[in-house]
Amino acid sequence: MFKWFGEVKKYRDLLYMITWREIKIKYKQSVMGFMWAIFMPILIICAGICVKFAMSKLSGRPLALSEVSSVSVKALPWSFFISCIRFATNSLTTNVNLITKIYFPRELFPISAVFSQLFDFIIASSVLIIILVVAQVGASIYLLWVPALLVVLIVFATALGIFLSAANLFYRDVKYLVEVVVTFGIFFTPVFYESELAGRWEWLLLLNPVAPLLEGLNSCIVLGRMPKPGWVLYSGIVSFTSFFLAMAFFKKLEPKFAENI
Amino acid sequence: MSNISVEMDHVFKKFKKGEIFDSLRDLIPALSRKLFRNEGGIRLEEREFWALSNVSFQVAHGEALGIIGPNGAGKSTILKLLCGVMKPTKGEMKVNGTMSALIELGAGFHPDLTGRENIFLNGTIVGMKKTEIKRKFDEIVDFSGLSEFIDTPVKRYSSGMYARLGFSVAAHVDPDVMVVDEVLSVGDYTFQRKCLERMRSIIRSGATVIFVSHNLMAVGNLCSQSLLIDSGRVVKLGPTEEVIRCYMNGDMAGRTEVSEKSDIFISKVEIGDEKGDCAQFKSGQKAWIKVEVRAKRKCEELAVVLYFKDDCHYEICNISTQRMGQGTFSMNAGEIAEFTFELDLHFGSGTFHIGALIYRSSIQKVYDEWFPASTIFVSCDKDVRGAVNLYPQVRMQKVNAL
Repeated sequence: MFKWFGEVKKYRDLLYMITWREIKIKYKQSVMGFMWAIFMPILIICAGICVKFAMSKLSGRPLALSEVSSVSVKALPWSFFISCIRFATNSLTTNVNLITKIYFPRELFPISAVFSQLFDFIIASSVLIIILVVAQVGASIYLLWVPALLVVLIVFATALGIFLSAANLFYRDVKYLVEVVVTFGIFFTPVFYESELAGRWEWLLLLNPVAPLLEGLNSCIVLGRMPKPGWVLYSGIVSFTSFFLAMAFFKKLEPKFAENI
Repeated sequence: MSNISVEMDHVFKKFKKGEIFDSLRDLIPALSRKLFRNEGGIRLEEREFWALSNVSFQVAHGEALGIIGPNGAGKSTILKLLCGVMKPTKGEMKVNGTMSALIELGAGFHPDLTGRENIFLNGTIVGMKKTEIKRKFDEIVDFSGLSEFIDTPVKRYSSGMYARLGFSVAAHVDPDVMVVDEVLSVGDYTFQRKCLERMRSIIRSGATVIFVSHNLMAVGNLCSQSLLIDSGRVVKLGPTEEVIRCYMNGDMAGRTEVSEKSDIFISKVEIGDEKGDCAQFKSGQKAWIKVEVRAKRKCEELAVVLYFKDDCHYEICNISTQRMGQGTFSMNAGEIAEFTFELDLHFGSGTFHIGALIYRSSIQKVYDEWFPASTIFVSCDKDVRGAVNLYPQVRMQKVNAL
């Protein structure tokens, strides 16, 4: 593993350039340009607010401001997560000419896919932070949890990205499956609703490693509460383990990429 | 520390014909095999073939090795193995030092990015550091001659411009080992010469170069050693001149079978200088060409024609035994005749193809024609280009204006 980090360090210029390329070309020839990085998550948040609004109408409770902010706080990382997966899955197959022609560690592609999404996420988050500050939400000691939760989320997204990109290289069925899972994933992840809603089946929802992270972000930013440490630890272990497994899988198949793409 | 820079030791590489999987029924057993069995087997399964078999060679530091052979012989596969894009099925290989590959020009260019941005992107892809590119940026742009269009997206470039930019970036890497796959044929004549010059200076600077090309002239010019491969097997490894000749003669071996239908056919065409047969000449050098003719039936009023064409298949010179005053000749069944032409090759520098035909002069019937029977490379001291060498002299005199 140390050797691997050494290799990635050696190629960090390349990693930077590929990430930079992804960011640069994403908004080329679009009028809105980088505004899309803000605009897309806002649309998702709006959808969340609509759902919340409908739910409050049905239950007869008024819509609280904190609910709106918790939808935003959870929807943003979620949209980052799914776009990482989508993008990383296709990252190898869209670079056929490089893979068959030039050698460098192939994991740079899925990793740079995650990084370029991270860039969008940072832009969108800074907007969200401004909104939260204006709305006077949050600010508690528990905010220190946020970086840790985000790191785990990024590691998990990278792990899935690495695994799925290699799988998709061999069988293009993967990208369709990913598309379906990612689209319906929002129903099984507490993004627009709270996991507590499930009552005693809550643990079933939290088994999804993303769920404790989103709930954790919600509780430390909006609710000013400590995240559930057990579940966060669970997510962390799952994420890092899957990262190592995905890397091993990827490295094992890497020599066959050029012939099978 | 050994002096070997690149080494291949009994390398085998297996490929599969057709689609890799055609149905779910093939897929599941194949997948489980893929995952659970280490690919060590050298057993050939259905539809598999050896793209390379038992290839071994060594290249010393600072040496240039040319790889030639017909299409599909496995030349590019060797390069892909060397730069690590693929792994050999069996066998060992070693590359000492950093490696840069000029396999496809502008691989990794993104059409939406500008020339400037692509230089940075492609530069890092071929193995340069960002600071290094910054330092060499002006040099790269100068070399490409595209400074006017450097801030235009490359999707608006012509294909020539695209390739020129690609070559310029790749040619400014300073690797220990450089592999080059048929990339000198880009751009116009001037740019090609510039590329060749650049390659030469890379070799001079001490880099090891492995050079794949169909341009035998360039191989002859750049490489001291060459490797001839055919259908994945090494046919010959040795000094470039010998290997090129072997490649040419190889064409001839297949010849006898081709023309056996004809009553009389040309079985051999050889060219050489007084030291023996070869394929590289200095302009103005004396050469001989031997044409061997075999008759299967009695034929009369025969004449042999020999002609030279340049790379664009434009005929430069055409001679015939009859026009040279030999008259016609006749041959009996089973007879073999050999004609030796002596000539001075006053060509300009370039590649020339030799063709020969035998015909019956009275009825203008061509029995057998063979083109290209052989190919030669001519180099000129004064770098006279084009078909002929007119032995130019030049004087310069300043004339004061009135």
